[in-house]
Amino acid sequence: MYRYDEFDHDFVQARVAEFSDQVERRLSGEITEEQFRPLRLMNGVYLQLHAYMLRIAVPYGTLNGAQLRMLGHIARKYDKGYGHFTTRQNIQFNWPALSDIPAILADLASVEMHAIQTSGNCIRNVTADHFAGAAADEVADPRPYAEILRQWSSVHPEFSFLPRKFKIAVTGAERDRAAIQTHDIGLHVKKNAAGELGFAVYIGGGQGRTPMVAKKIRDFLPEADLLSYCTAILRVYNLYGRRDNKYKARIKILVHETGVEEITRQVEAEWQELKDAELKLPDADIRAIDAYFAPPPLADRPEGDAAIKLARLDSKSFSDWLDQNVVTHRHPDYAAVTISLKGIGEVPGDATDSQMEAVADIAENYAFDELRVSHEQNLILPHVARADLKAVYDALVDIGLATANSNLISDIISCPGLDYCALATARSIPIAQEISLRFASLERQREIGELKLKISGCINACGHHHVGHIGILGVEKKGSELYQVTLGGSADENTSVGEIIGRGFSSEEITDAIEQIVDTYLGLRLNPSERFIDAYRRVGPAPFKEALYAGETKAA
Amino acid sequence: MKILTANRLTDGIAVWYADGGWAETVDHADLAHDKAAEDRLEAIGAKAYADNEVVDVNLIDADVVDGVVEPVRLREKIRAAGPTIREDLGKQAARAA
Ligand code: HEM
Ligand code: SF4
Repeated sequence: MYRYDEFDHDFVQARVAEFSDQVERRLSGEITEEQFRPLRLMNGVYLQLHAYMLRIAVPYGTLNGAQLRMLGHIARKYDKGYGHFTTRQNIQFNWPALSDIPAILADLASVEMHAIQTSGNCIRNVTADHFAGAAADEVADPRPYAEILRQWSSVHPEFSFLPRKFKIAVTGAERDRAAIQTHDIGLHVKKNAAGELGFAVYIGGGQGRTPMVAKKIRDFLPEADLLSYCTAILRVYNLYGRRDNKYKARIKILVHETGVEEITRQVEAEWQELKDAELKLPDADIRAIDAYFAPPPLADRPEGDAAIKLARLDSKSFSDWLDQNVVTHRHPDYAAVTISLKGIGEVPGDATDSQMEAVADIAENYAFDELRVSHEQNLILPHVARADLKAVYDALVDIGLATANSNLISDIISCPGLDYCALATARSIPIAQEISLRFASLERQREIGELKLKISGCINACGHHHVGHIGILGVEKKGSELYQVTLGGSADENTSVGEIIGRGFSSEEITDAIEQIVDTYLGLRLNPSERFIDAYRRVGPAPFKEALYAGETKAA
Repeated sequence: MKILTANRLTDGIAVWYADGGWAETVDHADLAHDKAAEDRLEAIGAKAYADNEVVDVNLIDADVVDGVVEPVRLREKIRAAGPTIREDLGKQAARAA
């Protein structure tokens, strides 16, 4: 994986020193909250309901064992023994004291981590497919490009005060696991007819109060032009993006108001000025970054098949986990493993200090010291020999992280909601927990099949509810929590925004409503391989409306 | 009725103004029954903010239930107790212990 060079080390150390000084001056009263607030936000420090919150970057979701162990250490020493992995492949701590944050940042820097640009109107952590480097369907590892973007965008003087935050995602596979069409810029690494690498470029995706699916503005951008083209997009946005209204400031609004054709023309015109100048990436530079992401040496381990066959006979639960949480690797003797942070009835995305440490051990012992955070709030071991899967499974069972529910209804994305978040209008975690408990039976979940359920505690949509097959949005109505349901959203290569199905449900009703939706689907699907989203696209909302609300209309 | 709440600057912990200082629990927060008392609390909050003791100062609605002060809105109830999903954390943890 990427290792800091001298420049990176100096840069991060300098930032730790600078922010430590700013914290000290704030605590001594030398600077006011108005002066300090933008400074703390530039370093990932928010104020939430109960305490400060620190958001730490996990660039493109990639971590090693020492880094995860350090996160466990921070959880134990400075927080309350746990952390929350987020849809942006980052981690948040919910209870750090401001006075401890300099020490936390120094600890992070010692393992090449930081919290820079995890907030503010700048280019945020670049996210990528969590199976990058391992996926069988990948054209190229997207992370070298994400790293190039990270280097370019870090404290970029022109793009540090944009109209609004800016999020970039990269996938290297046809099957989009990075939700690129919900981002300000989405990049799909592909090859052209001549076999050269480049990108399909999407802009203007986003969630929040105005969800929009990104528009493709270029089918193929040569890889050498990555930075010049992104600069052109950012320049057009920086110049014309609205600064008069925070809710209209994202590039999605500019794209929508300008029109795809016109904005494409503007970007292309700007790019003509830039493309043959210093932003052109020399091939040697790209290959040098590539080298950091060279896959680990994957020796043939053909004994895996026999070992797995035996272990399957021995343990039904192992067999279930294998079917659900383990996916094909490009090397036939290996697999990629999803470590579910969605234990039945648990808080989605939370992990304890000792779980983090134990997972770090597993990664070091069995997975070439590589880990990923997925945008679905799980951890991933991208490279595990099939022969070692049983040992990995056993180790995960020991720490309660072997729930075999990847992509099933209890694999819920949930934002922190009103239990932590100062902007929330309703709680989201308890709803996730109750739904998870209602569908606790893994047999029932498998019978239902792939179903992406996503919950946000306010319209900012951090929990991706707009693009859930089933989305739940918590709002406040007359002082109580009310949950609005959307159906038919999706965040893959066929991204769509879900449609509101009807009146919202109280916290007592919402789980029943979800069960009714699921039962309706089970009753109308053509066969078990027709997924919820496919069935919904075939039949539309009518049968679900009927199931949820027909009684009311008759009664009325 | 209104009470005054904020988060402490050094550690961000939620606090309420009570008996001339900032308490870590809401139970005995000073109540403002009229506009004049609200103004008084607001002035105290503004001064504490200016003195860098607290941040995010707010005057919020509260009731008295069974002799203790209780915020009205769910958001403020959760601030006063801790996450509803982790009863071992926040103010409620100490209360249970
Ligand atoms: C608790 C503190 C948080 C605050 C104050 C916060 C704030 C916001 C705001 C204001 C927006 C709307 C931006 C817009 O539409 O322009 C937003 C969007 C978003 N946030 Fe958060 N958020 C928080 C936590 C999280 C967490 C925990 C996650 C991941 C689980 C997350 C991921 C996202 C995502 C994916 C979006 C929507 C994508 C987009 O930018 O369009 N946020 N957040
Ligand atoms: S969606 Fe709303 S409630 Fe949830 S984390 Fe984002 S801002 Fe907070």
